[in-house]
Amino acid sequence: MNKVVNDFSIIVGTKNGSGSSTANTTILRAIFKMGIPVSGKNLFPSNIQGLPTWYTIRANKDGFTARREEQEIVIAMNPDSFARDLASVAVGGAFFYADDIKQPITRADIAVYPMPVKQIVRGDPTIPNDFRDLVGNMVYVGVLAQMIGIDLETILAALSFHFKGKQKPIDMNFTAVKAGAEWAKANLKKKDPFYLEPMNKTEGLIMADGNTAAAIGSIFGGVQFAAWYPITPASSLAEALNDYLPVLRKREDGKHTYAVLQAEDELAAIGMAIGAGWSGLRSMTSTSGPGLSLMTEFAGLAYYAEVPVVVWDVQRIGPSTGLPTRTSQADLTFVNFIGHGDSHSIILLPGDVAECFEFGWRAFDIAEQQQTPVFVLSDLDIGMNQWMSKPFEYPNTPMDRGKVLWEKDLEELKGNWARYLDKDNDGIPYRTVPGNKHPTSAYFTRGTGHDEQARYTEEAPVFLRNMNRLKRKYETARNFVPAPVLHKTEGATVGIIGFGSTEAAILEAMHQLETEHGIKADFLRIRALPFTQEVTDFVAKYDQVFVVEMNRDGQMNQILTIEYPQRAPYFKPVAYGDGMPASARWVREGILAKYTPGTKFNGGSKQPRSKATAAAKTAKSSSKNTSGNKK
Amino acid sequence: MTQPLPMAGTPTNVNLAGLIKNDYRGNPSTLCQGCGHNSISNQIISAMYELSIVPENVIKFSGIGCSSKSPNYFMNRSFGFNSLHGRMPSIATGALFGDHTLKGLGVSGDGDTASIGMGQFKHVVRRNVNMVYIVENNGVYGLTKGQFSATAEKGLSLKKQGANQYMPVDICMEALASSATFVARSFAGNPKQVKELLKAAMAHNGIAVLDIISPCVTFNNQDNAYHSYAWGKDHEEPLHDITYIAPRNEIILEEEMKEGEIREVSMHDGSVVILKNLEKDYNPTDRFQAMNALAEAHQNNWLATGLIYIETDKPSLTEVYNLVDAPLNRLEEPDLRPAPDMIDKVNALMF
Repeated sequence: MNKVVNDFSIIVGTKNGSGSSTANTTILRAIFKMGIPVSGKNLFPSNIQGLPTWYTIRANKDGFTARREEQEIVIAMNPDSFARDLASVAVGGAFFYADDIKQPITRADIAVYPMPVKQIVRGDPTIPNDFRDLVGNMVYVGVLAQMIGIDLETILAALSFHFKGKQKPIDMNFTAVKAGAEWAKANLKKKDPFYLEPMNKTEGLIMADGNTAAAIGSIFGGVQFAAWYPITPASSLAEALNDYLPVLRKREDGKHTYAVLQAEDELAAIGMAIGAGWSGLRSMTSTSGPGLSLMTEFAGLAYYAEVPVVVWDVQRIGPSTGLPTRTSQADLTFVNFIGHGDSHSIILLPGDVAECFEFGWRAFDIAEQQQTPVFVLSDLDIGMNQWMSKPFEYPNTPMDRGKVLWEKDLEELKGNWARYLDKDNDGIPYRTVPGNKHPTSAYFTRGTGHDEQARYTEEAPVFLRNMNRLKRKYETARNFVPAPVLHKTEGATVGIIGFGSTEAAILEAMHQLETEHGIKADFLRIRALPFTQEVTDFVAKYDQVFVVEMNRDGQMNQILTIEYPQRAPYFKPVAYGDGMPASARWVREGILAKYTPGTKFNGGSKQPRSKATAAAKTAKSSSKNTSGNKK
Repeated sequence: MTQPLPMAGTPTNVNLAGLIKNDYRGNPSTLCQGCGHNSISNQIISAMYELSIVPENVIKFSGIGCSSKSPNYFMNRSFGFNSLHGRMPSIATGALFGDHTLKGLGVSGDGDTASIGMGQFKHVVRRNVNMVYIVENNGVYGLTKGQFSATAEKGLSLKKQGANQYMPVDICMEALASSATFVARSFAGNPKQVKELLKAAMAHNGIAVLDIISPCVTFNNQDNAYHSYAWGKDHEEPLHDITYIAPRNEIILEEEMKEGEIREVSMHDGSVVILKNLEKDYNPTDRFQAMNALAEAHQNNWLATGLIYIETDKPSLTEVYNLVDAPLNRLEEPDLRPAPDMIDKVNALMF
């Protein structure tokens, strides 16, 4: 039997609420500590206790960490999902199960390992009765470690981290791990080919979840006010603010430079955040789809009254309550046009944990600079799962507080300013904030029609002028939002567009398409709306652009089609949304299903004139557009 | 009140803030002639002028409705946010974190507060946000032309609407039930009391709910309607006469206040509110008595007005947060962005 080293997936089936998450993240972290690229995804139900839940871990020497549908190693701890778990083992795989589950083993094509979990735990007098069920999960950690070769020292390191150095729980859990490992060593004979061996591919990396990264990034962005309402999968973002603000913004006088408030609902959460943004604070809220639905009215007000605020949407799958614990990218078109009337919002699309950190601080700069809400669309997979990541990088630009006038500025202007006057011809006006003591500082903010002085008006030309300025402001934003990330392939003939958490699956699918099907693709991961020039250039280059996303309707494809109507025939939506994190298989199969052989790369010769190009030109000169390709 | 107010007697009409009354005015009102709200706006202008409030130290807030338009009609030198229907409380809650030294002055209506905004109203009250929360209460939706509001009395008949089938919401009772620290009711037809209560409310640290019956002359001013001028004048039963004495001012009472029993309430800022008992001894620091007074008024068809409840020792919301002394919105990058070496510490905290 040929050994399979550092290239397989493990899935653990347990009962929700049985305390298995410590065991599973311990395995994940131990593998990471061994230097092997790894990912862990918690596939959990919307339930506190009792329903079946799974945790999947993928170790891959080549660095492919997307979810896989196939599982070589299955650990079954839950009688309710036993039959399903047994059936899910890949042929030639390994099946570990708690031997108090008395159900028939119906497979002969896999290695089967019963584990006397209860006996092992009961046999250890150092484990208190109350903890036996919890610690029992550590027995499978030990058995697995022994059978596939996880170094026990790395498990100890993972436990020490998890229990923040508290010796008692560390010892108790590690005892169970060792008991499991010793029992396996004495009683089990290796019948499967799967092994882990140390590598050095995780050196210098960290492990973190996106919600924590977003919170810490926001703190490095100088967050001053956050209001939120509990909702899966966004709650842990606000909770991380509460955890890290006191550490990172500690002052000698013990006083606070920030406030975090749990509101009565999402209406109030965003209302408070907008109030704080209006009064000059770096202000944010975090939520998921249903909360965003409630925030829509306020989002429209902030757009129209031009109030900076950052809204994190950790997406889960809808419509309605949908699947609250399953991931999705289906809020994109909703957020793009959020609010009634003509409105258009800036969206940032982090693709991994490091970008959650980066967009955490950058979103405030953009919101304050543009005086508008900035929505950051993460998802459950990035937000709640542990990801390998580059370390967080300190912001490389100073804070941009935007065009705010204080007393001395108004003194210089001799009070000659107007809140909504486009003085700089970029659509972005100047603002003042409450507390400014200059007698001309105040203005009356409203969601009703207003003129440059913020006075109520129903005059048609004034209304139009303001709406057109808002549009101009949105065009300005193209030059300031994060550019996309381009993954180039030598000799590529097709393009792939994706965003957010699907990157790992797309990169793996690209590898498979090239090696198994001879299809070479360039991949552009979009990181913001409005689109930047790079997107315009990219869509012009290929006669086939596959737009990969986790939703039913191909929402990014819809937006690209609106933006680049002349390229619409070349866009091929690969949209799929079942709540599960993207896998290379569905990306690959989706692309193959729509792939037309024989088309060619046109090298960008047919540059369409896009809105982004138009904006850039307008910004540079007023030269007349002679291209026949008008938007 | 025959006695001149404390700041009167200064040589000119300049107040202690160095401002004249005009500095407290707003744009011309676009509400109906005779609207109770206009009378309240005028009392706000007078009260702020007489209190020598610096307009830049006040933020005006409102929701949507006739009442919510009125912040445009007073204090043009104060920042204002005319927000969404029923959402004034959340905007105010967030905005007052921007500069905790500022005072909120919110104007809402009965629709804005007791219907669409009931949830946010109850929560802004329980959080004790440092603002005056005025409800200009007329029992009717004016801007949409005369539908019943949630404070309309059962049986009220309105043109096109028929008879109201439901029991009214009592805003003061709702405020009390949500642990409000200042609850008052007044009547736009009693401007003197409105002004004194406004002054006391401005001196209060925390939320001050002022439910002011403010007749809608266009849609709900029939003599038999609870929210009409005529009914209010006939049925008003003040709990006490009220006089506000600014800090530093000697307590000089007018003649009629001297007779009978006097109760003094010391406010947070050193000012004093003097209450003269009328029919019976009323103690506004007793929550049970307050609830009782409201229930009794309801039972007897009285419009009970005055300072219904006050509690002066509760911290306001921003005080609970132990904020730095400087307003948060004056802080700059060194105060807000952790130092560069913290990034390594953070990365070390990850696995």
